[in-house]
Amino acid sequence: MTVTEDAAAVAPAKEVGQPRRRKEDARLITGRTTWTDNMVLPGMLHLAVVRSPVAHARITAVDVSAAQQAPNVVAVFTGRDLAEEQGSIPCAWPVTPDMVNPGHPSIAVDQVNHVGEAVAIVVGRSKAAATDAVELVDVDYDLLPPVLDLEEAVADGSGLVHDQLASNTSYHFVFDAGDAGTGADTEQAFADAEVVVSRRFVQQRLIPAFMEPRSVVVQPQGENYTMWSATQVPHVLRVMAAMVTGIPEHKLRVIAPDVGGGFGGKLQVNPEEILCLLLARRLGKPVKWTETRSESLMAAHHGRGQVQFIDIASDRQGNVKGLRVRLLADMGAYLRLITPGVPALGAFMFPGIYKFPAYRFECDGVFTNKVPTDAYRGAGRPEATFAVERIMDELAVELGMDPLELRRKNWIQADEFPFTTVAGLEYDSGDYEQATREALELLGYDELRAEQKRRRESGDPVQLGIGFSTFTEMCGLAPSRVLGSLSYGAGGWESASIRMLPTGKVEVVTGSTPHGQGHETAWSQLVADQLGVPFEDVEVLHGDTAISPRGMDTYGSRSLVVGGTAVVKAAEKVVAKARKVAAHLLEASEDDLEFADGKFAVRGTPGATVGIQEIALAVFAAHNYPEDIEPSIDAEATFDPVNFSFPHGTHLCAMEVDTDTGMVKIRKYACVDDVGTIVNPLIVEGQIHGGLAQGIAQALYEEAVYDADGNLTTGSFVDYLVPTAADLPHFDTATTVHAAPGNPIGAKGVGEAGCIASTPAVVNAALDAVRHLGVSDILMPLTPERVWRAIRTGGDGGARATAGTNAYGGAQTESTAGVATPASELGGDR
Amino acid sequence: MIPAPFAYERPTTVDEALQAIAAGGEDVKILAGGQSLIPVMRLRLAAPETVVDLTRVTELRGVREEGDVLVIGAMTTHHDVITDPLIAQHAPLIAEATETVADRQVRHRGTFGGALAHADPAGDLPAVALALDAEFVLAGPNGRRTVGASDFFVDYLTTALEEGELLVEIRVPKLTGSWGVRYEKFNRVAQAWSIVAVAAAVRRENGHIAEARIGLTNMGPTPLRARATEAALAGAAVTAEAIADAARSAAEGTSPSSDLNAQADYREHLAQVLTRRAVSAAAGL
Ligand SMILES: Cc1cc2nc3c(=O)[nH]c(=O)nc-3n(C[C@H](O)[C@H](O)[C@H](O)COP(=O)(O)OP(=O)(O)OC[C@H]3O[C@@H](n4cnc5c(N)ncnc54)[C@H](O)[C@@H]3O)c2cc1C
Repeated sequence: MTVTEDAAAVAPAKEVGQPRRRKEDARLITGRTTWTDNMVLPGMLHLAVVRSPVAHARITAVDVSAAQQAPNVVAVFTGRDLAEEQGSIPCAWPVTPDMVNPGHPSIAVDQVNHVGEAVAIVVGRSKAAATDAVELVDVDYDLLPPVLDLEEAVADGSGLVHDQLASNTSYHFVFDAGDAGTGADTEQAFADAEVVVSRRFVQQRLIPAFMEPRSVVVQPQGENYTMWSATQVPHVLRVMAAMVTGIPEHKLRVIAPDVGGGFGGKLQVNPEEILCLLLARRLGKPVKWTETRSESLMAAHHGRGQVQFIDIASDRQGNVKGLRVRLLADMGAYLRLITPGVPALGAFMFPGIYKFPAYRFECDGVFTNKVPTDAYRGAGRPEATFAVERIMDELAVELGMDPLELRRKNWIQADEFPFTTVAGLEYDSGDYEQATREALELLGYDELRAEQKRRRESGDPVQLGIGFSTFTEMCGLAPSRVLGSLSYGAGGWESASIRMLPTGKVEVVTGSTPHGQGHETAWSQLVADQLGVPFEDVEVLHGDTAISPRGMDTYGSRSLVVGGTAVVKAAEKVVAKARKVAAHLLEASEDDLEFADGKFAVRGTPGATVGIQEIALAVFAAHNYPEDIEPSIDAEATFDPVNFSFPHGTHLCAMEVDTDTGMVKIRKYACVDDVGTIVNPLIVEGQIHGGLAQGIAQALYEEAVYDADGNLTTGSFVDYLVPTAADLPHFDTATTVHAAPGNPIGAKGVGEAGCIASTPAVVNAALDAVRHLGVSDILMPLTPERVWRAIRTGGDGGARATAGTNAYGGAQTESTAGVATPASELGGDR
Repeated sequence: MIPAPFAYERPTTVDEALQAIAAGGEDVKILAGGQSLIPVMRLRLAAPETVVDLTRVTELRGVREEGDVLVIGAMTTHHDVITDPLIAQHAPLIAEATETVADRQVRHRGTFGGALAHADPAGDLPAVALALDAEFVLAGPNGRRTVGASDFFVDYLTTALEEGELLVEIRVPKLTGSWGVRYEKFNRVAQAWSIVAVAAAVRRENGHIAEARIGLTNMGPTPLRARATEAALAGAAVTAEAIADAARSAAEGTSPSSDLNAQADYREHLAQVLTRRAVSAAAGL
């Protein structure tokens, strides 16, 4: 501590580590910026999508004549009209060689496979005109029975989502540590084990529910097309859209202007993006499509959706011996960009921080008549973390051990890093004991345990529980070679370039396109330190394939770790180039130059200095520079990591359960995260808070509910419950810092940590409060009703009724939910 | 979503409003705060031909006293209800319940009259009006009429308001004597409607409960009174046991719906627990 303080007193403060307020926030928060839906182009037409109100049916007729004649309607297209040119939404992650992909039309031609699937598109001169005419399109459906339940979908005799396929199973993915040579034989480990605990957990479907709805504008200019889209992945989208539509890649420019959130939900090549391109090409006019909230909930991809069968083996002393995971993973009706890969990515995280000697993972990707699933904050890792942190608690109960003691006994010790796990990953750095110790202190663990005891003894109707989640996750997606070995269709590198402007200002071009994370601020801090220029002198450019031609965009907590490193490497190259010019201008040898705080100085010659910003002007004028170089100090770099990074932490939740009503209330939440070196503590804190909100929301509030007909009954925010600040507790957060060895910044990634860690802590806490009442599991979300039922009758709280609430008179229409039939009308009443 | 096209009128007096309604064609909707009507129109559950906006009808705003009665203008916003000194003094149950409605933004626009006329079974104010034996003054082409709360709420989203009529004001008898009140609302997130809620007003006399009025929110298509519990409480001792006993019959005669927040049996259970809590608090326990 003292050492750093002394150093700070002499040197100017480093930018890295400063809690800078985010420079982009004023425009983002006030909306005084370009959101895609703000775009207005001359002659622009508006699209409205007619969507299927039924989950599974053959389309027998589509009558668009009335819509075509509606005022200010320019054209109406059906799937048949676009069948020849629409191709298939790409799936970039064939996780097994024999994975079955039925293809994913952007607009249904003969058959609809989920509620909300596009069946026709109205093109109007105004958004209102197009929207009004949607109701005039008449579609006849020949209903097919919907396939909705994962376990039924894989059972013998199940109906098929795609009747041209042999089954509803898309793939069977296996990771076996014994076969991979990273662990012992799993079957043997279980056969020899003294204790085996088996559980079935359910990861309910979640909806990313980003704040800015999806929106697309396409402008045709001759043979060229510019697409603005509220996307996380303009670079990926450009490549894929070119391949799908046949528009040559160099004729397609994709721009993600400011984007209001994504959480993985905009890591996609959306049907609507393809449709906008196709129609702009057809019509030769700019087109715009912006979704309603209900369209977003219904037709943008969902996340999670797994049934998990988890077996854990140990000896009587609580030394774990093996872990066996069997998953049914809900693909939905089609495979989108990385639909099959999400559970496969999770495969490597189920062992968590524990030293399992044996591990086997199997996953079936299963088709259902629901909107496809895909990436959602954490993507595979929250599911894995939930399973292992829940099963550790169950094992502790079985052994009569303290759940923390059991964890401690089995986790990787600080002096064992780098540690290669049974899943073959090399964990980089950390100290689980330290994070846990600090988290216990933050929570006030001992006092709460004492209170829990008092409440239990007095039979208080409000019981208290404490839940743990000692987690790790993999970030910094991803080493390209590893992605290749997992059959992913692209690399995981990132690109950056730095342009030194004549006035000394700096433009940083990043391929890691932000959608609200604060890249502009963090990258400016990195560059300010690297180049010794003021924070304010740095501008970060992103999101336009014409400005930032190479990139892999933002997801998987990769931006700082991979994209930030590319920026640092580009800055190092700028300094190296500038050094040559400085040596020339100072008439010194390069070896005699020192670079600090933005200035080159000749060692031992006081006063002989030149600033890097002055050098920028000198190479602009180019009157005087060394003969053997080009007059430019601009540079670019591409960074491809060799390993993932592994943030970790300990999350503790204290939960009150009102046993009269089943209402749960978080009393206190404390977490200590290790995300490596912290570039901006304010951004880190913000990411943790947001992540916690989403992780807690999975535990307590959110679920995409489908009724017996396959209608999404949570088709508006009346029923899809996203918590606000008013529903969440104060968060006590802290960090430990073990720098990541895999990148020069030392950062591990923080974008998903809170979301991954918190869900099991919350559920474990609720169970800890009521376990003595005979409750050993409650399905997520832990609605008060489920908690009440579990306490009252045992079991896991059971299925919810599926009908939406009656507020607003049901708040449900064909366009927010679908059509109810007698099968679903009762909403699954018991 | 975008609402279907509609004609728009913005009168400034009740008479003008009635004329606009009469002249508005087949399907006229009255717009108060718009916090229920606009979403319903955007979802295209309603597609009125004409919308008559009452925002500028100033005579419909505000709270006044008429002897033993408090008169609340239909267009008084939730926010104004919460901050009104007369309501605080004579009908604090209304203020307490209104504070649980939605969020600040909605409370600044949504109105007392709009919430009652909408008659959403999950809405918080109908049960309160019922518990307080409020009366509804309706103006129509043929003059005004007054309807008691138990006749006003007819069915799911349906009131005694006839076509062409306007809810003008709500007359709430002042609570005199030593009344205690409590609104117990049960919901999952802060800004949401009630899964179940209980409005209780309890008058104590000589250490006993002299009279209890209990309104139930979302226990059927209309707000309901927990008559059996009210009867059991009349003359009961102010003890936890007596109140708990009486609360056990709170769900008698109700017909709650099942939805993803609660199935009917759970709602019945909640009604009992919340009634016990509301009555206990109102009785000063
Ligand atoms: C996010 C959100 C959360 C909410 N949460 C709650 C909650 O927790 N609890 C709750 O009780 N409510 C809640 N509400 C509803 C809110 O209280 C509304 O304000 C209220 O239901 C309607 O009042 P309004 O003035 O906005 O009426 P409007 O929406 O303008 O009108 C509602 C209906 O009443 C009719 N109407 C209005 N005024 C009159 C009149 N004077 N005469 C005849 N008919 C009339 C209209 O024609 C329409 O049919 C919520 C609303 C929102 C948007």
